Amino acid sequence: MKRINLVFILFPFILFSQQKIEGTIYETNKKNNKIGLPGANLRWLNTSIGAVTDFDGKFTIPYKKEYKKLIISHVGFTTDTLLIEQAQKVSLVLNPANRLDEVVIKNRKKTIAVSYLKSLNIINMSSDELLKTACCNLCESFETNPSIDVNFADALTGTRQIKMLGLTSPYILMGIESIPAIRGAAQAYGLSFIPGTWVESIQITKGAGSVVNGFESIAGQINAKLQKPLSDSKLFINAYGSLDGRLELNTHINNRLSDKWSTGLYLHGNRRDTKFDKNNDTFLDAPLGEQINLMNRWQYVDLKKGFVSFLNFRFLNDEKQMGQLNFNPSKDKLTTNFWGSEIDTRRIEFSGKFSYANPELTYQTIDFQIAYSNHDQDSYFGQNVYDISHDSFYSTAIYSSIIGDSRHNFKTGINYTYDSYNEKTVIKLNELDYSRNENSIGTFFEYNYDDLADFNLTAGFRIDSHNLLGTFVTPRLHMRYTPWEKAALKASVGRGKRSANIFAENQNIFSTSRSINILNNQGKIYGLDPEIAWNFGISFLQGFNLFERKADLTLDFYRTEFKNQIVLDLENPLEANFYNLEGDSYANNVQVEFNYNAFKGFNLRMAYKYFDVKTQYKSGKLEKPLVPKQRMFVNASYETGENNKNNALWKFDLTYNRLGKQRFSSTLSNPIAYQLAEYSPSLATLNTQATKVFSSTFEIYIGGENIMDVKQKNPILGSENPFGANFDTTMVYGPIFGSNYYLGLRYRIN
Amino acid sequence: MKKLIVILVMLMGTVAFSQSKNAKISIDVDGVCEMCKKRIETACIKTKGVKLAVWNVETHKLSLVYNEFKTDVKSIKKNIVAVGHDTEGMKASDEAYNSLHDCCKYRDEKVRNNHKN
Repeated sequence: MKRINLVFILFPFILFSQQKIEGTIYETNKKNNKIGLPGANLRWLNTSIGAVTDFDGKFTIPYKKEYKKLIISHVGFTTDTLLIEQAQKVSLVLNPANRLDEVVIKNRKKTIAVSYLKSLNIINMSSDELLKTACCNLCESFETNPSIDVNFADALTGTRQIKMLGLTSPYILMGIESIPAIRGAAQAYGLSFIPGTWVESIQITKGAGSVVNGFESIAGQINAKLQKPLSDSKLFINAYGSLDGRLELNTHINNRLSDKWSTGLYLHGNRRDTKFDKNNDTFLDAPLGEQINLMNRWQYVDLKKGFVSFLNFRFLNDEKQMGQLNFNPSKDKLTTNFWGSEIDTRRIEFSGKFSYANPELTYQTIDFQIAYSNHDQDSYFGQNVYDISHDSFYSTAIYSSIIGDSRHNFKTGINYTYDSYNEKTVIKLNELDYSRNENSIGTFFEYNYDDLADFNLTAGFRIDSHNLLGTFVTPRLHMRYTPWEKAALKASVGRGKRSANIFAENQNIFSTSRSINILNNQGKIYGLDPEIAWNFGISFLQGFNLFERKADLTLDFYRTEFKNQIVLDLENPLEANFYNLEGDSYANNVQVEFNYNAFKGFNLRMAYKYFDVKTQYKSGKLEKPLVPKQRMFVNASYETGENNKNNALWKFDLTYNRLGKQRFSSTLSNPIAYQLAEYSPSLATLNTQATKVFSSTFEIYIGGENIMDVKQKNPILGSENPFGANFDTTMVYGPIFGSNYYLGLRYRIN
Repeated sequence: MKKLIVILVMLMGTVAFSQSKNAKISIDVDGVCEMCKKRIETACIKTKGVKLAVWNVETHKLSLVYNEFKTDVKSIKKNIVAVGHDTEGMKASDEAYNSLHDCCKYRDEKVRNNHKN
């Protein structure tokens, strides 16, 4: 860009009449001399009062004290605005709008980026990153991210479960537009209910995170930002089909209604009605299912006054069927003819976000968020029944400003949450009701100091009063220090507390013959106590040049230490026991990550992770089942140079994942036929995708998941006798389906 | 809910109150890059009474919010000039200018051209 050289000279202007302003508008000629610019338009902002410059570029325009901004425009020149504080002589050089010889060089931004400057360890995933896999839903979008592990929850539903720092998703606070959303009854399948195309970007915070969004986060926070009606394409269509029988369709329609209001309708449907049983265990390899997911977003923007708001309405209906091939729900439901399972979910959601930023003092903002959801799941697994209905209300008000100057920022506010659970289990014909209400009111204060050089700090605390968890304080501290150029040393410590939804979070135990027991019955939540943990983390990031190309290296260590945890003990293969932690439980995680832009368009991301996750069970201190000790991750992506005419290009992406051996919970007391080794074998998977971008409106992508066709041979223990004592679907360490190929297209009109 | 509303109203009150002593102004400051941005903004913020300083690399405009009782534009400008950046009606001394990093020597046309892309 040509530098806009604005010369704005204040002349002491001694005149009796202050009713008008005089001045001259110039352009620069080839020799860089100023010459008067005739025919330039001048107008006071928000008025009809204007003037035009004469042949010499001179003008006179009426002036009143209320007039602050003078807009100067001319065809072929960049429009400029002058701030007028008093009647004064004005002189301005307008710059040509576009030089023909101007070349715009776009700097490709990294699709996953960690800030060198923020105190929190936040990883930002842009929408470009989300396009690297089929990304049918939010859960799958983490497959190219080394900080999040995507595992299999069970052998039936095909639901992926995410883990961070070796801990499962209940320990991660997952929000949509910074409103905690995937929690409670939605914990198990909630991520798969957010279609990938709806997501604009994802922020992953490792470690305790900010206090603003609540006390529940322990391992970290994930926040997904949704597409905005104003910036998303007017029309977007995405169709997807895969050889494992899944069909998906996404449609976005966005409309700008006025200069302030925009609205978007987002529709998602998916369906799988083909039965597969490649491993001949009489069970479906992947569930049959159907989902309708609808969202309507309203966006209101008035930047002049500083108001921004969003209103969201959402409806979801999801139906899944799992189990034996010959299972027919209408005939065989809850019988012992065939083993089968159905999960029907309906969710209604409303959320609103209202922000005000003082247009004069831009550091003063007020945010108000409000959300209501009803999540209703009716399900059965063989002869076990699990029904949960969760009404949730969330509201928060946040005020942020500065103390003295912008080096000292703070956020303060108040939240109120209300959760009503209607929960029922029928296990071995024994019906139990676990309905309960939770409510909490809390206030928080977060202070952020930035010395504008090499140090900043975020310190927050909150006090909450919760009807079941009591009144407690949640402190959290994050620091960043830059010891030398392109480096960032970050440290964090924080506390988290939550009530565990033991059944909603561990629904896979219903698909077993285990008896389910809750031991020690004096607590307030399922007879158990709240979970409390401290998280400590230290992270070092160093950017450098390797063979004159950009590279960076990250070294992380995080430790989560549980003061109390609800332990799910599966060490007896006939039982699933929940009890309060007695002794140690911790998760240590070391991660080394290397990113390298090896040549133009080619990016390499490599990571090695080591987990040490142990819990004190009744039978001894053991490794957490199905958490690999080691993981290797490589992602390579290549993009051909853009063809300037229609932006056509190719994109290639390859992800390699190697998981070390994983411990099975003990099966020693089973008959020999149903015993498993102590550890699973290690395994590696390879995913790939190629995208052909024909133009900015149309692209086609084709990909393969698990193309080396790695499979777990017998994912279901006791599959030949599902109503026998040894039936268990939870012993899953790897892919069940084997390789899968897919094809999709994206079409957009901007 | 009532508590929420009360707190919100109180916060609004603070906003309204704090506007009275704050002045907002936009001035031109010469510079070329992100390093200049940091230097200019830091120089302003470290002036007692300045609350917010944002310098735009492309337009060279510096938006300031400051407490009129504690400082004035002249003292802010003095501090900007002291770290080597020319501003409206005030020129940095050669000594201050020469202390700038080589990439920030905005008076040099070559340096300016280097930053155009």
